Amino acid sequence: MLEISNLTVGYGSITALHGISLNVERGSIVTLIGANGAGKSTTLRAASGLLKIRSGNIGFEGKQIANLPAHEIVAMGLAHVPEGRMIFSNLSVMENLRMGAYLRRDADGVRRDLDFVLQTFPRLSEREKQFAGTLSGGEQQMLAIGRALMSRPKCLMLDEPSLGIAPLLVKTIFEKIVEVNRDLGLTVLLVEQNANLALEISHYGYVLETGAVLFHDRSERLKLDPRVREAYLGA
Amino acid sequence: MNELLQQILNGLSLGAIYALIALGYTMVYGVLRFINFAHGDVFMVGAFSGLYLFRWLKPFFDGGRWLLAALVLLGAMLISATLGVLVEWLAYRPLREKPRLTVLITAIGVSLLLEYSAQLLFGAAPRGFPSLVEGGAIGGIGGLHASNVQVLVFLVSGALLFALRFIVMRTRIGLAMRALSLNPTAAALMGVNISVVISFTFGLGSALAAAGAIFYASLYQAIDPFMGVLPGLKAFVAAVLGGIGSLPGAALGGVILGVVETLVVGYSKELGIPPGYRDAVAFVILILILLFKPSGLLGKNHREKV
Ligand SMILES: Nc1ncnc2c1ncn2[C@@H]1O[C@H](COP(=O)(O)OP(=O)(O)OP(=O)(O)O)[C@@H](O)[C@H]1O
Ligand SMILES: [Mg+2]
Repeated sequence: MLEISNLTVGYGSITALHGISLNVERGSIVTLIGANGAGKSTTLRAASGLLKIRSGNIGFEGKQIANLPAHEIVAMGLAHVPEGRMIFSNLSVMENLRMGAYLRRDADGVRRDLDFVLQTFPRLSEREKQFAGTLSGGEQQMLAIGRALMSRPKCLMLDEPSLGIAPLLVKTIFEKIVEVNRDLGLTVLLVEQNANLALEISHYGYVLETGAVLFHDRSERLKLDPRVREAYLGA
Repeated sequence: MNELLQQILNGLSLGAIYALIALGYTMVYGVLRFINFAHGDVFMVGAFSGLYLFRWLKPFFDGGRWLLAALVLLGAMLISATLGVLVEWLAYRPLREKPRLTVLITAIGVSLLLEYSAQLLFGAAPRGFPSLVEGGAIGGIGGLHASNVQVLVFLVSGALLFALRFIVMRTRIGLAMRALSLNPTAAALMGVNISVVISFTFGLGSALAAAGAIFYASLYQAIDPFMGVLPGLKAFVAAVLGGIGSLPGAALGGVILGVVETLVVGYSKELGIPPGYRDAVAFVILILILLFKPSGLLGKNHREKV
């Protein structure tokens, strides 16, 4: 569904990605793990059109999407929940969700998806009219994911959804990621520093280090790989 | 007492004009974090558009003076909106990724370009502006007087503020404007075409400035290529006073500034301030806000949780 090959991306004189390749199969949860500064967020930003690429290819459902403007990429069905959540703090929870459906014209479908999101994250439904900035970190993450779901994406890219969130809420959020993958058949590309959790719920994993893919394998095998256990699972 | 009320009434009509201009500054600041110093000159172009529209259309309207006024107003708004969109497209958009200072300097350049082009086209001497609506003072309640023009200013400004509020709070593009001003990256990820929203914002702000210009010209009955400089600066002060980026703030700041300025002139003897200092009022206010409340009256200082 999402195929990245030989992707090189830089910031000014810094090269952040040195020709990485990865493949996200339809219906799967694929995770991208790696230390700080490995280039995980850069990969997602390039895919969603926030960054221009230097070379390589990004294919989404067979079409080239590299260097397209971000609004065209989300219209094709690739949604990105960015690092730091980036909710609209001075808009209400409901307005944030409506922003997620910004490109949609099917009012009935939007209403149904809104119900679905509010059922999935009941905490949001209790806080519909509140300014999003007043939500807790975990609630903001739920909102960011719910907002992305409102675009009815085919593939959802999540950047560190566990960052700075109470463990209990992290558990809820990861359960929901599994749920939407299983029940809606939504393809997920999950960036995480919490490799334990990420490998637990994903089907396939890539390990990134200083802008290159170190190795990749099925998640249950990566979990057992001594190199991964030592560097990323704290074993 | 009555005189005070009369002064306040006069101040309100001037304030409504400042408010209309200030909204453009604050909206553009909201989406681009940049002060469009050419905004006052878009205002000026609105006034000249009004003058020429009036001349061309007048022969077709014998009796229907109000209809003529409405057409002049709408036409000037349309012309200024087009100009605002063009200025953004030609001058600011190519610099979108450049440092803000570069854009600011460009804006000053655009401002000078518009002023001197207007001088070339229309001459430097002030031109008379027709009173769009005939008729003198309407005797009001308790001996207060409002001229026809003032009544027009109040009604139409009120309607425009209402329409603007509707657009920003109730429409899809308004939601996109608010989202963009809060977080451009997130707005892009939601599918907002940022360039379209920025163009729309420039058009909207410029149209409001043109309405202000028609009112301003009708009140003072004279226009010139540099007429936008002072009202532009004052409206900028009004936007800062209200809290730059805040729409209600810009409206409130404009009204306060108009009233204070009119009162200072009206009571110059009592206050011991020569009336010639009227233009200094805005800048004294600017210094005071910057010293004591830089975020302005209704400005927000919300930070996103990280
Ligand atoms: N805006 C930027 N300007 C310059 N360099 C940047 C910028 N953003 C990221 N980088 C650099 O690019 C490299 C990859 O950064 P990236 O944010 O993709 O890492 P990451 O894997 O997401 O790390 P983290 O786990 O800390 O989020 C790093 O060396 C970083 O310093
Ligand atoms: Mg990151």
